[in-house]
Amino acid sequence: MSGPLSFLDRPAGYIGRSMPRANARRLLHGRGTFVDDIRLPRLAHAVFLRSPYAHARIVAIDTSDAARVDGVIRVVTAKDLAGLYTPWVGVLTHLKGMKSAPQHPLALDRARWQGEPVAAVVAEDRAVAEDALARIAVTWEELPAVTDMEGALAPGAAPIHPELGDNLAYQRSLDAGAVDAAFKAADLVIEDVFEFARHTGVCPETRAILADFNPGEGTLVVHHSSQVPHMMKEVILRHFSLAETQVRVICHDVGGSYGIKIHVYPDEMATIALGILLKRPVKFVADRLESFVSDIHAREHRVKGRIALDKFGEILAFEIDDLTGIGPFSTYPRSSAVEGNQVVNLMGAWYRAPNYRARLRVAFQTKPPTSQYRAVGHPIACAVTEGLVDQAARALAIDPAELRRRNLLADDAYPHTSPAGLIFEGLSHQRCLERMLEFARYDALRREQQDFRARGVHRGIGLACFIEITNPGPAFYGVGGAPISAQDGASLRLDPGGTVTCAVSVTEQGQGSETMVAQIAASVLGIPIERVRVVTGDTERTPYGGGTWASRGTGIAGEAVLQGAKALRANILVLAGAILQSAPATLDMSEGWVVDAVTGTQRMPLEEVSRAAYFRGDTLPPDVQPELLASRHYMPRDFPFAFTNGIQCCYVEVDTETGFVKLIKHWVVEDCGTVINPLLVEEQIRGGVVQGLGAALFEQCLYDAAGQLQNGTLADYLVPMAAEMPDIEIAHVTTRTSSSGLGAKGVGEAGTAGASAAVMNAINDALAPLGAKLTAQPFTPARVLRALGKV
Amino acid sequence: MSETHAIRLRVNGEEVSRRVSPRQSLADFLRDDLGLTGTHLGCEHGVCGACTVRVDGGIMRSCLLLAVQLDGAEVETIEGLSESGAIADLQTAFHERNALQCGFCTAGMLITTAALLEANGAPSRAEIRDYLSGNYCRCTGYHAIVDAVEATARSRRQRQDR
Repeated sequence: MSGPLSFLDRPAGYIGRSMPRANARRLLHGRGTFVDDIRLPRLAHAVFLRSPYAHARIVAIDTSDAARVDGVIRVVTAKDLAGLYTPWVGVLTHLKGMKSAPQHPLALDRARWQGEPVAAVVAEDRAVAEDALARIAVTWEELPAVTDMEGALAPGAAPIHPELGDNLAYQRSLDAGAVDAAFKAADLVIEDVFEFARHTGVCPETRAILADFNPGEGTLVVHHSSQVPHMMKEVILRHFSLAETQVRVICHDVGGSYGIKIHVYPDEMATIALGILLKRPVKFVADRLESFVSDIHAREHRVKGRIALDKFGEILAFEIDDLTGIGPFSTYPRSSAVEGNQVVNLMGAWYRAPNYRARLRVAFQTKPPTSQYRAVGHPIACAVTEGLVDQAARALAIDPAELRRRNLLADDAYPHTSPAGLIFEGLSHQRCLERMLEFARYDALRREQQDFRARGVHRGIGLACFIEITNPGPAFYGVGGAPISAQDGASLRLDPGGTVTCAVSVTEQGQGSETMVAQIAASVLGIPIERVRVVTGDTERTPYGGGTWASRGTGIAGEAVLQGAKALRANILVLAGAILQSAPATLDMSEGWVVDAVTGTQRMPLEEVSRAAYFRGDTLPPDVQPELLASRHYMPRDFPFAFTNGIQCCYVEVDTETGFVKLIKHWVVEDCGTVINPLLVEEQIRGGVVQGLGAALFEQCLYDAAGQLQNGTLADYLVPMAAEMPDIEIAHVTTRTSSSGLGAKGVGEAGTAGASAAVMNAINDALAPLGAKLTAQPFTPARVLRALGKV
Repeated sequence: MSETHAIRLRVNGEEVSRRVSPRQSLADFLRDDLGLTGTHLGCEHGVCGACTVRVDGGIMRSCLLLAVQLDGAEVETIEGLSESGAIADLQTAFHERNALQCGFCTAGMLITTAALLEANGAPSRAEIRDYLSGNYCRCTGYHAIVDAVEATARSRRQRQDR
């Protein structure tokens, strides 16, 4: 290759280097700032009375006793907030036929899930507010709960929102190729039902918001534990009829999010209303118990799946029928139909089979609303696809790795359009599979499995291939009318000391967004990374953009930073050229210096350039106007999404006496394009895997027939803890996207996308000789024993 | 709830005297009365470990203790342990290994694993995982935390051998 090295390949650059996160230091010293850490003068605390019933008419609410408690500032119900806001409806217009009902900060006359907020107390002290809460008297008239998804859609079922006519929020059908003919011609058809338990995000920091309204200037500053400050600002100004100039949203440190903190929650909107009403700062921090019944849930799906193959193991067709329950409202503004939609889109898409039929039905129920949670739809599509493929392999007596090898999209077959219409620019399924077999020592593992089997120990190996949707373009949400930006911006400023301040519209929740930004900026500008200061999470101080979700931070904002840094670099070299009387093209930047582009000789330290611009303009030629601030934006346009791919392998041991599944080891091979920081990428994958392992083995929101959550404490709802989790090994294959200079795709969903499918296949691999099979997650000891016929 | 009790205790090496409500937790006392917000509340029912502090040398859940019980006690929080340098090597290992993401659980993780390393200078990976069984992290998947603790133990042993 001739010509100068690209910014991606410079030996002194930071792209591709494992680097720790500068902003992690404050967190390690207990000096982070989470919303609950903020103390403002006259701060008041809001708490919420929530419906104890899944479905009930609110006959009357008596707040008089509560209002008399010492220290209580105000007690409100829905009617006290009327006129302060406009309600919201969580539908996307491009999802044809979708419907939902208007949602309010506090339930008006009917509560539709256990946990829906119906009244609020604001007091000087949180404990006092909770004392008062207990004195609110509500007269309820209980209505029938609608918990079962089939029941919700059964003919004659009472609609949860009478004005909507029925409980069908959305449905979609897709029929590609010749599905009936394929199933008719097949030598083998496997059909099964896969069930996925409703679970939730369990962010270590619960949802938190502080609304600080200043009536003097009419401004509202919202400190929010959120991934999407710009979106929230737009939502707030729309629904509280405020001007764009009146609202500022700030996200400080965010204690975990995983998709939970991109939604509009009634209690948070109520807190904003209370701040405006009371003209003083009002804070709401959910406690853990109310988080379980008020954070969004996800993944309640029952999928009937079919696969058709010929006798050589060629997959001919897939068919699914997905039924999902989303609670009583479609969540605003992303809707609750996207998860099912993504199941339909992703199912089987990494295999060559051209014939595919799908039906999706999205049902209202009286349980908490669901919506986007890490790896939206992916784990479901992956488990159904890979579960069917493994069952087929068993029926055909073909090794599961070999069956995949025969059917995966070929690495040289791109671009490729899937039967559901997804366009893949370039994926690497075959390389990932072969890399995995070597990485996990698959053949040796199979031999080891046989040795253990001979000793009566049941170990299993599970493979799961997957694709991941990253870098979504404007056709994802914006086209459907949601105030969600698909573009991001970066603004870079050279400061007098030769350091760079980079403000960027994505946010940081620990993924390492800020470090990624600093690595790219420092590489392009040829400065030590310590000289880059990154600013995120503030609508008043950052360019406009979408925020951090759907694995878009690096691929989209990273590209904006790359382009912005190039623009700033060009401006710096123009100025340095004027000072040095050299053509800018003969100059370069390296190690904080302007250098000769050919010889590398240091010509001028960067700080001298900026000081000349800022303090000694008198020394500059008269026609030179320094521009040491440059901004660029980026939005993916070439493809609707940048798909990534990978494969996971899980090795388990099943105790057939107790039903316990021990995770021995887990491997991931992932292709996310250009890797900016391997350390951060690998930790994203590991964290994602463990969220998937939690779904596979532990996590479920257990509801009884009355719609009451049975396990709504952290002691009862099981999350993955250190002792049960395995070591997770990671390897990379790299296929850059050509739609950006950076070539980076996302990686945040990958771990969660494939982990639960790999566990399922491993368990079924262990139990197959015993004639047992599990397809309902989580795979609890009780379910394992039932599958074995022991209980 | 207006009745208060006088307590006197040492927090991060400093004498502190306050009047506290009998229902106030140690966590709320540290955060609200002393402004030590590095101690985080993740569940307030003793499961997640985010509020872990040292009380008289032992690790405790500050959400399950009442401030009024702490009269005469010696309490150390992440702020004190950071400023004294007592866990600096562990913090560095967490940093280098990226053994934290959102950082909400991190104070509890550091305080818990520091106690493990005092009790066991050469813990196995399984022992580290067991010791952390009361500390919830949603971001890392724990692998990096285990690595960081293992690395700290190793470097402490090497320092002793020299």
